[in-house]
Amino acid sequence: MSAVKPAPRAVTPSRRRAARAAGRTGQYLALAAYLIFLGFPLLWLVSVSFKSPQELGSIDPTWLPRHPSLDNYRKAFDTQPLLRAALNSLLVAGCASVIAVAIAVPAAYVMVRYRTRVSQAGTVWILISQMFPFVLIVIPLFLVLKNLHLINSLTGLIVVYVVWNLPFSLWMLQGYVKAVPRSLEEAAAVDGAGRLRVLTGVVLPLLTPGLVATLMFSFVTAWNEFFFALVLLKTPEKQTMSVILTHFTGAEGAVDLGPLAAAAVCATLPTLLFFALLQRRLVGGMLAGAVKG
Amino acid sequence: MSLTAPRAEEAPGSRGVPPPRTTRQRKRALGLDQGAWFLLLPALIPILVLSVGPLLYGMSLAFTDSQAGRTSPTEFVGLANLSDLRLDSLFWESFRIGLVWAFFVTALQFLLSMGLALLLNQNLRFRWLARTLAIIPWAMPEVVVGVMWRLVYHQDAGILNKTLTQLHLIDHHVDWLTDLSLALPAVIVVGVWAGMPQTTVVLLAGLQNVPHELREAAQIDGAGVWRRFATVTWPALRPVVMAITALNFIWNFNSFGLVYVLTQGGPGGKTRLPSLFAYEEAFKYGQFGYAAAMGLVMVAVVAVLLALFLRRTLREDAQ
Repeated sequence: MSAVKPAPRAVTPSRRRAARAAGRTGQYLALAAYLIFLGFPLLWLVSVSFKSPQELGSIDPTWLPRHPSLDNYRKAFDTQPLLRAALNSLLVAGCASVIAVAIAVPAAYVMVRYRTRVSQAGTVWILISQMFPFVLIVIPLFLVLKNLHLINSLTGLIVVYVVWNLPFSLWMLQGYVKAVPRSLEEAAAVDGAGRLRVLTGVVLPLLTPGLVATLMFSFVTAWNEFFFALVLLKTPEKQTMSVILTHFTGAEGAVDLGPLAAAAVCATLPTLLFFALLQRRLVGGMLAGAVKG
Repeated sequence: MSLTAPRAEEAPGSRGVPPPRTTRQRKRALGLDQGAWFLLLPALIPILVLSVGPLLYGMSLAFTDSQAGRTSPTEFVGLANLSDLRLDSLFWESFRIGLVWAFFVTALQFLLSMGLALLLNQNLRFRWLARTLAIIPWAMPEVVVGVMWRLVYHQDAGILNKTLTQLHLIDHHVDWLTDLSLALPAVIVVGVWAGMPQTTVVLLAGLQNVPHELREAAQIDGAGVWRRFATVTWPALRPVVMAITALNFIWNFNSFGLVYVLTQGGPGGKTRLPSLFAYEEAFKYGQFGYAAAMGLVMVAVVAVLLALFLRRTLREDAQ
């Protein structure tokens, strides 16, 4: 905006200041546009969740509810087994993230400390696994799980989520392991600690912040997941939050907007809470995996 | 200077397992001792059994007549699925839609995220608010994002029609998600909204790695905003941009949940992405083999596009 070409030397300070002020104004306008684009759907979702049925039926919607009420929330919990779905989601996401991180930590350690072909193959696999469409994975998984009688079972879903979360957990944890100074491990080894002792006594404590970040991230990923849950869970009492939400949108298009919005808000709250705690760590962790090497 | 790595190489000799040469060769090829394998296996086995295995199995299904709930054994049919697919105009239409969707979502995601990242890299007021808002879509389940935008796009109760009417941009209420020509653009906007956070965060982190001194030196030499961006910021940022764009394209091409919730592929298949098409084929009509063949074609095309993209990037880097 201010100066496209190299600024000539002769520009007076006052003109330069004016150009800079104009640039600032432009930047604030752009920022405002972004804030509106990113924020207005969120505001609308929350607003609809507090509106009464009469208000939702009116042809002239308003930004804020005229008579805010909790009726939609009550109705959402009455018509669909939301509480049950939340518990299912909590169980599946909790187990899957804990197991995934527990088996990813030693593997990430080996992949960082032994730069060998197995480790390289692991890294290549992490990248390749991003490329395949879900269909190609879900059909064989469906057939395998069916033979093991794990269709429509939360155990089956946990197993799928563990595998599905592993690549990213490995990726993030590798970054954190690289940050642990080797000299500490060497000192412990000189003092006679075995490899397992070094890992549990020296590396693990230093890894805790990264571990927590990875854990929360895989929890959020599993909580939000939709496709596998849709294919693998058949009965409402087994379904997770994501899948239950689609029941509010009937096939005939007769959608109960208020309760749907209320349920959507409920489904988002736990992950938002985690992300609020996680925000700073997450950015650092993703880059730690990507940049250092 | 480590204790662990050399030990891995010494192990074969000191243990003296006959015949020593072949063991050493094998050990060197893999480079891991027993302890390391012990640590690696808990992750390796699930990946092999439930990720690599099923994927190979899935790819092999593409060459069979596998169907859901069939009693007779599945038979190998060679390339029959693929040759059927070649004549399936519905699939190719869906494929075209998938490419249009992936291209536009990725391009807009990049442009908008780049702008936002540049703004967030400045010292502006309300930056914290924009940062927080930019992260939120990331934390939201895909399904919730879909539901939310359905409420925004709703013909009568939606806020979009109301706002546009107030601004006198439209004179009647548009039904965004069931209009044949508007549904795909409307869905693309949602895709951009949902995918912006990751891209912004990655680009912002990349921007913060651009050395400050260089930019200041360019400014002292009299380089303007655009010139500084083109000569200092962009070259440093390029690898990050290439990586995130390639990944975004793959993720977008394979995406499912968002569009499933928004339109279920309608109206008249105008937003039926290939993954939705394959899902219906597999779990609505039970044609596992045929659906797997579709998945195979999708991987092949993504792989070819990616190879072309990366080769060009590498060549430009070499010059």
